[in-house]
Amino acid sequence: MSDALVVERLSKSFGSHLVLRDIDVTVAEHEVVALIGASGSGKSTLLRCINLLEPLDAGRIFLGGEEITHPRDVNAVRRRIGIVFQSYNLFPHMSVLRNVTLAPHDALGLSWQEAGERATALLDRFGLADKRDDYPDRLSGGQQQRVAIVRALAMQPALMLFDEVTSALDPELVAEVLEVIRELAAGGMTMILATHEMSFARDIADRVCFLDAGRILEEGPPETIFTAPREERTQQFLQRIIEARRL
Amino acid sequence: MRSGGDGRRSVAIALASTVVFFAIVVFAVTHAPGWPQVRTQFFNWEEFKSTFPEIARAFVLNIKIFCIAEVFILVFALVLAVLRSLPGPVFFPLRALAIVYADLFRGIPTILVIALLGFGAPALGLSYIPKSVIFWGIVSLVLIYSAYVSEVYRAGIDSIHPSQEAAARSLGLSRAQTLRRVILPQAVRRVIPPLLNDFIGLQKDTALVGTLGAVEAFQQSQIDTNATFNFTAYLCAAALFVAITIPLARFTDYLIARDRRRRQGSFAR
Repeated sequence: MSDALVVERLSKSFGSHLVLRDIDVTVAEHEVVALIGASGSGKSTLLRCINLLEPLDAGRIFLGGEEITHPRDVNAVRRRIGIVFQSYNLFPHMSVLRNVTLAPHDALGLSWQEAGERATALLDRFGLADKRDDYPDRLSGGQQQRVAIVRALAMQPALMLFDEVTSALDPELVAEVLEVIRELAAGGMTMILATHEMSFARDIADRVCFLDAGRILEEGPPETIFTAPREERTQQFLQRIIEARRL
Repeated sequence: MRSGGDGRRSVAIALASTVVFFAIVVFAVTHAPGWPQVRTQFFNWEEFKSTFPEIARAFVLNIKIFCIAEVFILVFALVLAVLRSLPGPVFFPLRALAIVYADLFRGIPTILVIALLGFGAPALGLSYIPKSVIFWGIVSLVLIYSAYVSEVYRAGIDSIHPSQEAAARSLGLSRAQTLRRVILPQAVRRVIPPLLNDFIGLQKDTALVGTLGAVEAFQQSQIDTNATFNFTAYLCAAALFVAITIPLARFTDYLIARDRRRRQGSFAR
């Protein structure tokens, strides 16, 4: 089975507010899927559900062909799925190196030395080698977000989720983070990214899903979605983006 | 932050206002009608010199009580705080227990707990529990201060943003690992100043163990006072307590500043 992730009829509500309804998504191995849509359309919630950070109300999730909806060991599932958040969420009381080595040591059982070697190689690869002993507060937003990506990669996940990872960044810092994601895509990493960076999504994604009010209203190759969207809501959304000069 | 000229000027103002303030206080006190008598009763240098060594020796007991109680308080209070932060209906009994405990021991006056345990427990005559009043004094202080300190810890735990837990759990760390590695280290750093506040309270309340008959600094000064009808001995004891708490406060300030410097480097945000 070459599907890295299958989501079937996933529904999720917060109280009486239905955030996601009957979501079906399939992500093939090495595929990059972009989730676009207005704020509140359910992009972040979908990613958090896939990572099992939010309990589902209905639906099933399969990772690499194996059902993970209600796993016996939720931690074991999360080790195979990396997620990067909008607000970085680095651990401020730890050095960069410790941020990256903590989970491989504690959750994978690597020795500090093995975890350190793995971390150093990754930090090196993404131009952060000289930051390894710094604390997160000393880094720029772009550097912090790159460290957060490295921290997730250190677990060698089968799937990476990116939750609007550039939304909190100053415009001049966005490029360095997107560059990292681009490199991961080129390396064949399976990824789902929720993003407001339309030109980036268009550029990097194999498939684009447009979420509207908790549904996947339309999906397809980026060329189709961005140039000839079928649905009126998609057209309206893209029109607003163009007016805001983000495309 | 403050540039040279400005800094010198504010230091000068602070100094001048301090001198004026104390001059007024000293004048008011020394010109009070009862001052000559108060001076011989409370500020008697000869008395100070003769009672100080004895009281200082007794004060060692206060320090011992403080240090032993403190270790147990730090551990026990942390356990209580963690119990109270456990989520889900399964842990309700433990949470409820921790809440009842905190309510109870913050509600009863310290001196009552010390009297109840200090006089009551040895009176049971059980051979397998200690009879030492110092032991029961320490137990009382641990019970009471753990209730306060657990609330301080809990405030610290609650102050850590849920996104930190989400980040740790998303990496596959267990709930216990998340607590130990991510939540508690940050929570404890944040509550060091209020923790110190409670330590100073504890340091002072060691004097209450004296009410059980243990000869610590306060009890010793009372013995001296009763012998001579001169209250300077109290001043000795007070000076000893202050001599411990002030360095403790400065040391905590230093720890906080060092932690901030290390995390934020040269540019403070």
